[in-house]
This record gives sequence, C-alpha cells and structure tokens, in this order.
Amino acid sequence: MAEKIKVATASLAGCFGCHMSLLDIDERILDLVQLVEFDRTPITDIKTIGECDLGIIEGGVANAENVEVLRDFRKHCKVLVAIGACAVNGGIPAMRNQFELRECLEEAYVDGVGVYNPGIPDDPEIPLLLNKVHPIHEVVKIDYFLPGCPPTGDTIWTFLTELIEGRPIGFPYTQIHYD
Amino acid sequence: MSSQLETAANPEGLKRVVIEPVTRVEGHGKVTLLQDEDNHIRQARLHVVEFRGFEKFIQGRPYWELPVLVQRLCGICPVSHHLAAAKATDQLVGVDELTPTAVKVRRLMHYGQTFQSHALHFFHLSSPDLLFGFDDEVRHRNIVGVIQDHPEIAKRGVLLRKYGQEVIRVTAGKRIHGTGAIPGGVNKSVTGDEREYLLKDIDKMIQWSEEAIQLMKRIFMQNADYHYSFANVDANTLGMIRDDGAFEIYHGGLRARDPNGNTIFDQVDYRDYEQHIKEEIKPWSYMKFPFIAKLGPERGWYRVGPLARVNNCDRFDTPLAEQERHDFMAAGEGRPLHSALATHWSRLIELLHCAEAIKDLLHDPDIQGTDLQVRGEMRSKGIGVLEAPRGTLFHHYEIDADGLVRKANLIVSTTNNNRAMNESIREVASEYLDGRELTEPLLNQIEVAIRAYDPCLSCATHAVGKMPLEIELVDAAGDVVDRMYKRATGQIDH
Ligand code: SF4
Repeated sequence: MAEKIKVATASLAGCFGCHMSLLDIDERILDLVQLVEFDRTPITDIKTIGECDLGIIEGGVANAENVEVLRDFRKHCKVLVAIGACAVNGGIPAMRNQFELRECLEEAYVDGVGVYNPGIPDDPEIPLLLNKVHPIHEVVKIDYFLPGCPPTGDTIWTFLTELIEGRPIGFPYTQIHYD
Repeated sequence: MSSQLETAANPEGLKRVVIEPVTRVEGHGKVTLLQDEDNHIRQARLHVVEFRGFEKFIQGRPYWELPVLVQRLCGICPVSHHLAAAKATDQLVGVDELTPTAVKVRRLMHYGQTFQSHALHFFHLSSPDLLFGFDDEVRHRNIVGVIQDHPEIAKRGVLLRKYGQEVIRVTAGKRIHGTGAIPGGVNKSVTGDEREYLLKDIDKMIQWSEEAIQLMKRIFMQNADYHYSFANVDANTLGMIRDDGAFEIYHGGLRARDPNGNTIFDQVDYRDYEQHIKEEIKPWSYMKFPFIAKLGPERGWYRVGPLARVNNCDRFDTPLAEQERHDFMAAGEGRPLHSALATHWSRLIELLHCAEAIKDLLHDPDIQGTDLQVRGEMRSKGIGVLEAPRGTLFHHYEIDADGLVRKANLIVSTTNNNRAMNESIREVASEYLDGRELTEPLLNQIEVAIRAYDPCLSCATHAVGKMPLEIELVDAAGDVVDRMYKRATGQIDH
C-alpha cells in the first residue's frame, strides 16, 4: 500500500463546529484512517506540526498565537485548506470588528453582570489580541476554500476523497446548499 | 491544600514548563507549571485565553437572531446554546409555557445533543487514556490507536455519536448549528418517517450505553485506589434539578450542595441567578471564576457537569440509569464522589439516561403535533438556563423597545468549572509531579485530569513565549494589516 497521506488540522478563532463536521463523516472515518495519518490535530497529542501533505484550518485569526500557528501550518503543509465561514471570511467572531477591542473587553471584564474584582486580564501568559478578526487568506496563501457554517460531513468527505484521489473537485448541489 | 499553588511567591527564579495546546479537549487551553531548582511545583495554572466578545458584539442585533447566532460559540454543543437562548427569547416574547409539542421536540433535541457529546467525549477523546494508560506512546494515544487496537469499541463510539447527531438533525434540521428552536416554540415537529427511522436503532443504543458503563466500571475498579484518589478534590456542586428532586437537564430549579452533600440552596429560580452567582476576574485567564455569592470567592467555587449532577439528584426517572446510579452512589459510601475519573462513570450513566429518555419521547405522540408556537406581550429581559453536557449554562439578555439586544451575559459550563479544574491540576501536580523531572507521560496526567471535565475551551488561545513588545500582522503580500503594542503595564494599544 502506498504511503499514507499526512494531515494536520487546527482550530483558530472558530467554534470547533467544523472539526465536529469532519467527524460527521461517521463510519467513513474508519476507512479514512487507512488512507491518512493524522499529525497535529486536536484529537491527537502531537503538539507541533511535522511535514504534512494537507493542512486544514478552521476559524479566522484573532490573536497573535493564531498568526503563529497559521504560518507554521503554511510552512509545513503542501496544500492548505480554509474550512468554514470563519476561516473563509472571519465569520461570527469577526462581528466584533464593528467595535473597538477595548469596548469588547470592558463589556466582559469591567461592566459585565455580577463581575467581582473587575479588570481586563493582562498576564504575559495571555495572548495579544488583534484589533480585528481576519480571514486566514489575508495572512497566508490558501489553496482551497470550503464554505459553510459548517460544511456538512458529506461535503468534507467529497472534498477529501477527490483531493486524495487527485480528481477535480466538484460538489452535488445538496452539498453546497446552506440553511 | 493545593490552592496554595495558585500563585508562587517569587515567580522570577522559577523554571516554566508549559503544556500547550492541551489536546483531546474541545478547544484550546494551556497549562503553566513553575518549578524551583529542586523541581518542587510552586505554581500551576490552567489558562483559558479564549476571548471573542460575544457579550459586546451581539448588542444591537434583533432578539430573534439569538438562538442561531449565539450557538456559534461552540460547535460541540451548539444545541445547548441554541436552546438556552431560545428559553431566554421565550421570555422576551412573553411566553412562560410552550405547547407540549414544542417542549418535547426541544427536549428530544437536547437529549440527542447530550448523547452525542458524551459519546464523543468518552470514546473519541478520553478512551485512549483509559484503554492504553496515561503513559502510552504519544503517536498511538488517540482515537486512531483505538480504531486499530479495539475496532469494536471505536466503531460503537462512532455510531453512538452518529445516532445523537441524527436526533439533532431530525429535530433541528441540521446536525451542527440547526434552526429548530424559535422564540416561543419550534419550527417543526417530528414526522412519522423520522420517528420510525430513529426508533430503528434506539434499543441498540441503550444496550451499547449500558455496556459502555460496564467497561468504564471495569477499568475504574481494576485500579480502584488510584482511580479514587487521582485528582480527587472536594468541591461544592451546582446543577439543575426537577422540582421533585429527579435528574433534569432541560428545565428545573438550581440546587447547590457542599462537598459532604449538605444543601446550600435548593429550587432556586434561575431567573434570580444574579443574586446567587458572582464571577471573579483573575488577570491570568480570560475565563472568569464564578462562585456562590453567599460563600464568597474562596469558599464558594463549585463543580458542575455529570459528576455534580449525578451526585446532586435524588433519582433518575428512567429505570436503567436509576439502577446504575445506585451502584455509583454505593461507591461513595454515603458521601458524594469527588474523583475526577468518576466523572467518566457518571457521564456514561447520563448517556444511558439520554438513550432511555429519547426512546420514551419517540413513543410520545406529542412530538408529532402541529401546535408549534405561542406568543405573548414583549418583555425586556430573558434568562435561559439549562444543563449543557458539561454543566449549567446561563444566557441572559436584555432588549430595548425595538427588540434589539442592549445587554447580555453568558456563563458557559466550562467557566463554571474553572476553579475546580484548576484545583484538580494542582492536586495532580503536588501529588505526582512534585520534585520530579517533568516528562511527557507525567504531563499527560495533568491533561487527563483536565479532560475528565470535558472542557469546551473552544476558540483562540496562547501566549507568545517571550513577549515581543510589538507585533505586526503582515498579509500574504507583505502588507501590514494589523499591529499591536503591549506596554509594560500590560495595557494593549493598536
Ligand atoms: S464556520 Fe461555523 S461551524 Fe465552522 S468554526 Fe466558524 S462558526 Fe463554527
């Protein structure tokens, strides 16, 4: 059997729904693991990414760490895919872009309901937030965009199988039809 | 007492060890440990650096968007947010009682959700630690390893989760981020075909859930002393309870008990939560630290989720889960169990209860009813609370005369467990890691303790190792798209 295809995934400023949708391929995951080997993903304990054939990114870029992880993925992955509305255009987290970051932080940590000991967290262990939330293609080159919030398990399955088999990627209507 | 490890007296001279990202949990977290020259642990913290600002950016949005908008907080338990927001918007549209069809379809959705989430957590995320041992090889210690070595167990996990997802699809229209619940009701009920489809596999789901409990009990008892003591921290418990004391996850009053099981309060109307729960801010985490107001921040922290719920309830109203609860309570010999790993056990009892409850609802003709929605006089404030898979979830919204959101407060389940998780890792750190050179298997023990809470830390995380003073975000073409500057005081400017 040919060598397995190496896949890494990461969730940046997303809700994990796109990762859950990947698991919505259900039993087909039992076949998938015959073809691919998972490198760094939230479901393995590998914490730093190695050389990979395919990288899948959920979520946009909201803080300094997201930028670092994204660049690291670009460096190590031959093909990089933006999965879901958040990665493609910032999605719901980007709704904060219409406010100043400071306003958002103050609402949560100073003016919030039932707050005790108010103050914006600022320990050095806490990441620097970016002023705005950005789609990932503003930071690195992206090879494929898979829209949806989230794309369904079937859509992801079509994408993965056609990509792995080297076929042109196309979807039946039902798989790119949204709420 | 391990809380001493929250803050080291002189952090400067200490070695910093970091676990990042914490894996096989939903979302991102990070643990920092500070050790002195003899490897004694001086500080241990779980940081959650998730910040998305929902409370701010939903201001100005119309109230009816809330159930579909706010669920985008979390793709693992979107139904919890969908329904908590829907319960709050019910109040906004002046409705105190839904039609039987609406309540039952929502309940079915919620049981389906809890079922899939618990299956995911046990089989996909935690079973590798339990089946292979905490010190198993890193590349093998995951669900793919389980698929290879225990294909039957893995396949069941996959199919159990699938079943829960299908219950959600039938009731919400879509597996993730569905649209079933609307202010004052639901937008669809269950058709005859859908009912038949779900009934087909339900008995198998009940049987597999029971067998999963037996598997967990076997693992637990094989090394009982260790499993009882691992990350065992006494905590107050908080959760929702039906008015007759039965286990409840969709609608009831709040009950809090102390570590010995004595009542702190009971049947509190959750719309009064502001009087009972306060949230402390600590500068090193974006996740707040809630506590029971009358006990204060030091004594008032509590645990939520399966362990709290099973300890807290008087009984289950489904027979098989009730039988399992008796076994579980017997293990505590009259006192609530506080061991982190007992959480897995209690979670699976809930898995079984959900399967039984789904079956009961599928046999209830109301789920096929046509009376879906009611409306009343608009009100300005709505507070929706329920038990999400990981624990009590609070949604609080206030709207203006145009129906636009003016104020919002969300306390998610994992936030409720913030202090309890921190106490658990400190317990593990002082018990197993103190004075030792830290290796990967030792560090995984910290993660095992965190994983037991099934935290949903969903979203962005991380510190930049050595804090640069200025960071620029440069796009693919080399143009600066964002820039920030951190002052020595910690204040961030852009
Ligand atoms: S695209 Fe939707 S499902 Fe995916 S991470 Fe964003 S909010 Fe979640």
